[in-house]
Amino acid sequence: MEPFHLTIFESQALLKKKSLSAKELTESVLKRIEATQPKLNTFITLCEESALCCAKEVDEKRARGEALSPLAGIPISLKDIFLTRGMKTTCSSRILSDFIPPYDATVVDRLKKNDVVLVGKANMDEFAMGSSNENSYFGPVKNPWDLERTPGGSSGGSAVSVSAGQCLGSFGTDTGGSVRLPAALCSVVGLKPTYGRISRYGVIAFASSLDQVGPLGKTVQDVALLLEAVAGYDSFDSTSHPIPVPSYQTALKKDLKGLTMGIPDEYFREGIDPEVLKAVHTAIDQLQKLGAKRVKISLPHSSYAIPVYYLICTAEASSNLARYDGVQYGFRATASTLAEMYLKTRGEGFGREVKRRIMLGTFVLSSGYYDAYYKKASQVRTLIQKDFTEAFKQCDVIVTPASPTTAFKLGEKTENPLEMYLTDIFTTSVNLAGLPALVLPCGFDQKQLPIGLQLIGPHFKEERLFQMGHAYESATDWHTRKPSL
Amino acid sequence: MKISPQEVERLAKLAWLKLDPEEVKRYSQELSSILDYVETLNQLDTSQVSPTYHVVPQKSHLRKDEIGRSLSQEEFLSMVPAHEEGAVKVPKIIDIE
Repeated sequence: MEPFHLTIFESQALLKKKSLSAKELTESVLKRIEATQPKLNTFITLCEESALCCAKEVDEKRARGEALSPLAGIPISLKDIFLTRGMKTTCSSRILSDFIPPYDATVVDRLKKNDVVLVGKANMDEFAMGSSNENSYFGPVKNPWDLERTPGGSSGGSAVSVSAGQCLGSFGTDTGGSVRLPAALCSVVGLKPTYGRISRYGVIAFASSLDQVGPLGKTVQDVALLLEAVAGYDSFDSTSHPIPVPSYQTALKKDLKGLTMGIPDEYFREGIDPEVLKAVHTAIDQLQKLGAKRVKISLPHSSYAIPVYYLICTAEASSNLARYDGVQYGFRATASTLAEMYLKTRGEGFGREVKRRIMLGTFVLSSGYYDAYYKKASQVRTLIQKDFTEAFKQCDVIVTPASPTTAFKLGEKTENPLEMYLTDIFTTSVNLAGLPALVLPCGFDQKQLPIGLQLIGPHFKEERLFQMGHAYESATDWHTRKPSL
Repeated sequence: MKISPQEVERLAKLAWLKLDPEEVKRYSQELSSILDYVETLNQLDTSQVSPTYHVVPQKSHLRKDEIGRSLSQEEFLSMVPAHEEGAVKVPKIIDIE
């Protein structure tokens, strides 16, 4: 087997035994990128040289017998939303197309301390706004299972890089489903941790009450390793939470006896692709066989999640994106007055979807409409959150489909923003309630397109999701299938 | 809720976005249909519900007031599109004639 096919866990064992070097592993991944990047358009920026250099350093440290992190020498990619010192960070936008940050995000800093090998910055929807990765200044990413289809967004590049063997793990961000949707559509594992679990310092902001960093990997175990390396309080992010980070690997060893799954009626109604429904029902049966109990639950305000989400995220985005004015960094349009410079820089620097959301956000926050839209949405958000609080009195984990359909065709929904927004119907309420949720492969439809299962837990109960996800994965082999490229 | 092209122009001014006439037309239609869709929220009586702005309850913790790492002038200016003598340069703000 080519080293790029390995999981993090498998390569770790080989690296330890010295039957594989970090340099060999990195070279294998870089070769895979060279062969597949033209087809997939996964990366915006590659850093082959520094990757090889970093891999060599890890090998030298190992030869000297130094204690190393489980992630040492592991090639990973990062969504191009994480600031990387001295390395271009574009957020897939023209407005940041030449931006070179002077400092590292906390996530990047922690990964570097773990001797991770960064291979490149992954393509995404501009400012993480999108569900198909088509809103990128650098062109869409292609789904490795069918090149005519979307990988999902906004962390499309991250999911594809893992699925296609262009790295062994990745980090994205999830504001309304941006890690979980692409994970589901590309057949990889993706986690949206609890709000506050991972520092957002140096992560370009979209909607601050919803944004959360999330790892993607080939297995639940790998995702648990990636989370453990970066999670925890950071004095540079006042929203990061001081609750201690547990050993997630320990949770993987537990079986499912004593755990109760809640199955919400509202997530299994018409409008869902029947093949997706069937796969998710089969997965639930399997979890039951593995020892979990099932109960029916209700999340009665589920259908309001999308409207609430699009009012809140656009309001927050319009204010977060006010900083891009061409003065201190990024693209600047030529103009003879300052006012004209602002107008032209923003008008030319932002893409269609980003401008649409800034406009909507400006409207819902504007005088006379604030109460009717923004406040109303924030009140319904309370109801959505209460639904979950009630549900978790009856169950430990909520099990749902990750997406109503498998990957759709590129261009299919670009002309209809509302239809595109509905793609996130099963993921946004999790962000509105700040909960952790894990998506993992649970089957394929007849077109051989991946289907994803979503496990939702109470705040800071990532361990429980890993426990259930790992048990499911150990009993199935969906996660071992690879796209032919 | 209908968003007229005039309203789109007003919002674009508030948001500092220069739009071409084609964009004004498109956003007028799109924002109107999105706002129609979110009307569904009015089915719910929320008069007794308090809004949620922070999803995970936690105390706000401030760090100690100590000087930590920060950027040097040189590092900062490396990102700036135009600068002169250590200051950020922008087009004229006041016309003195």
